[in-house]
Amino acid sequence: MIKYTNYLTTTYGQPEGWKLPAYEKLCHGYDTARKVLTTMTREAVVDEAKKANLRGRGGAGFPMGVKWSFMRPHPTKPAYLVVNADEGEPGTHKDRTIMEKNPHSVVEGCLIACYGIGAHVAYIYVRDELHLAKRRLEEAIAEARARGFVGKTPFGSSYPVEVYVHTGAGAYICGEETSMLNSLEGKRGEPRLKPPFPAQAGSFGCPTTVNNLETIAAVPTMFNLGCDAFSKMSALHDMKDGGVRLFGVNGHVKKPQIIELAVGVTIREMIYDIGGGVLGDKDVLAVIPGGSSTPILRPQETVHAPDEKNPMHPWHGKSVFDVPLGVDTMRGVGTMLGTCCVTVMAEGTDPVLAFQNLMQFYKHESCGQCTPCREGSGWLDRTLKKILAGKASMKELDDLSDIASNIMGNTICAFGEGTAMPAMGFLQKFRPELEAYVRGEKKGKDARLTVSFEASEQAAE
Amino acid sequence: MASSPFSLTQEREQKLTEILGHYPTKMAACIPMLHLCQDQNGWVSEEIIAFVAERLELPTAHVKGVVTFYTLFNQAPVGKHQVWVCRTLPCALRGSGDVLAQCEKKLGIHAGETTADGKVTLRTAECLASCGTAPMMQVDKEYHEDLTAEKVDQILTRLQA
Ligand SMILES: Cc1cc2nc3c(=O)[nH]c(=O)nc-3n(C[C@H](O)[C@H](O)[C@H](O)COP(=O)(O)O)c2cc1C
Ligand code: FES
Repeated sequence: MIKYTNYLTTTYGQPEGWKLPAYEKLCHGYDTARKVLTTMTREAVVDEAKKANLRGRGGAGFPMGVKWSFMRPHPTKPAYLVVNADEGEPGTHKDRTIMEKNPHSVVEGCLIACYGIGAHVAYIYVRDELHLAKRRLEEAIAEARARGFVGKTPFGSSYPVEVYVHTGAGAYICGEETSMLNSLEGKRGEPRLKPPFPAQAGSFGCPTTVNNLETIAAVPTMFNLGCDAFSKMSALHDMKDGGVRLFGVNGHVKKPQIIELAVGVTIREMIYDIGGGVLGDKDVLAVIPGGSSTPILRPQETVHAPDEKNPMHPWHGKSVFDVPLGVDTMRGVGTMLGTCCVTVMAEGTDPVLAFQNLMQFYKHESCGQCTPCREGSGWLDRTLKKILAGKASMKELDDLSDIASNIMGNTICAFGEGTAMPAMGFLQKFRPELEAYVRGEKKGKDARLTVSFEASEQAAE
Repeated sequence: MASSPFSLTQEREQKLTEILGHYPTKMAACIPMLHLCQDQNGWVSEEIIAFVAERLELPTAHVKGVVTFYTLFNQAPVGKHQVWVCRTLPCALRGSGDVLAQCEKKLGIHAGETTADGKVTLRTAECLASCGTAPMMQVDKEYHEDLTAEKVDQILTRLQA
């Protein structure tokens, strides 16, 4: 079900929408943070936040209020908020739009979140390439500081909050939260073993909450509407997957875009209503629901949940494309919601080439710390190149599943699963296409990832 | 410890002082400081590594370890302009392969190389968070999105001038 909303995106497309006057005019400019910091207790903030049922927007979908409640005041150590704006998961293009078009929502969100978790400093970790985003955030922080919202006495309260922008230097792995903490501390961005979890020992050895940038940007809206009301806008409120969020659609659709909607939209609606349909009006080969680490789905797949007690039962027998995009619903169909940006591939796309393209990404981005991931990602990429070149044996194709399953569960961080799960998805769902290369029926030089826009050309093909 | 021959401009020194104030440790300024140095010098030389190590009171090996970990630190001189064409799947679905081929042809180099006149370094990039406006490329600090052959041609012509 499509329910258009406009809370996170209110300032998008407005003249100088990223500046404070626009935020004040269109978004209650900092009134919510003022109210929270001057009238609520910390505990009340966390209790309220839990009611939003906001599932972390960074990909894992952990309930944000619950994460905040893990923060316990430490007798000697300060606490930190780290905002994850490393946006590097292939297919994900949402956080950037907030930083560029509504940066004040992030700064206001930082104020409320810091207060809730007991932190006085927030670091927004932005990937270095996003120069415009960094500039907009820095300008927004400066505007907020000039007005006394950020600094020693926000809104006249005695709760100082500082917000800083910190930049990465080109490494996808730094989006993983513990890697990000190392990077913030000035080290190589290698993930840490957990426990300790960031809430116990995060940045600089102190209690830390890491939240995705969109998670934090939604905080002012949540508290302005009331967290329960926020949650109830979602069609999946009963599954504790609340509120509104940014949805993206990219790849072979007519209108790729980022749009704000209430949770509850389906993949089919993302393709045809939001995305305007497939280029050249072709059929869909497959979609990647939420970033390259989420296993691929095909339109012919259906939900099997005959048991009435199964939470997926309402969609029993339906196409997976007709299931609402949610954290638990996507798990229910064997994939993940991830970052909620859908990548669409039209019929005619070569799935083997797509598979290899992604494995090249993982090989390039593996930090190299854990052997199964470092060696496995290289091996996957190499073998797929060999398959495309028509030089691989059936045995080598069979070995791919073993390589992928050897990565699963054998690495310090979830990068390993993020590589292995999509690999297994392609292997299960495109076996005949892979075999066609091994048998020499298909040639790598003919493989294409692009499709023609022209419907007429399609007929001529 | 011998002083490094490298130094930052006054404006960048001021920026560094401000950055150091953001963190409880000096080490945390390592990546931002390397960016400041690279912005000035174009790449991270041995002198810069020594300079950063000395200023932040870190072992040289630590700074070197950081420099080699992150892809955006240039460990050798690069062209005056840097062009990154995103090659990852969502861009590839919308023709980034053609964009890269066009760049290679017009510049007369392969990805990973610099033109003989030292003007342009061409590279591929992994997803740059612009998948909704694909294909795209980054030129120095600017994004160019929804690329067409015509746009790519104009951009490159400007860089070559
Ligand atoms: C390899 C890897 C890359 C990640 N990249 C990002 C990222 O770019 N942005 C992000 O917000 N979370 C990313 N995450 C998830 C973070 O580790 C973390 O779960 C998230 O920032 C928590 O915020 P949330 O609870 O608000 O979603 C990544 C995780 C892994 C394993
Ligand atoms: S794949 Fe090119 S920007 Fe995301």
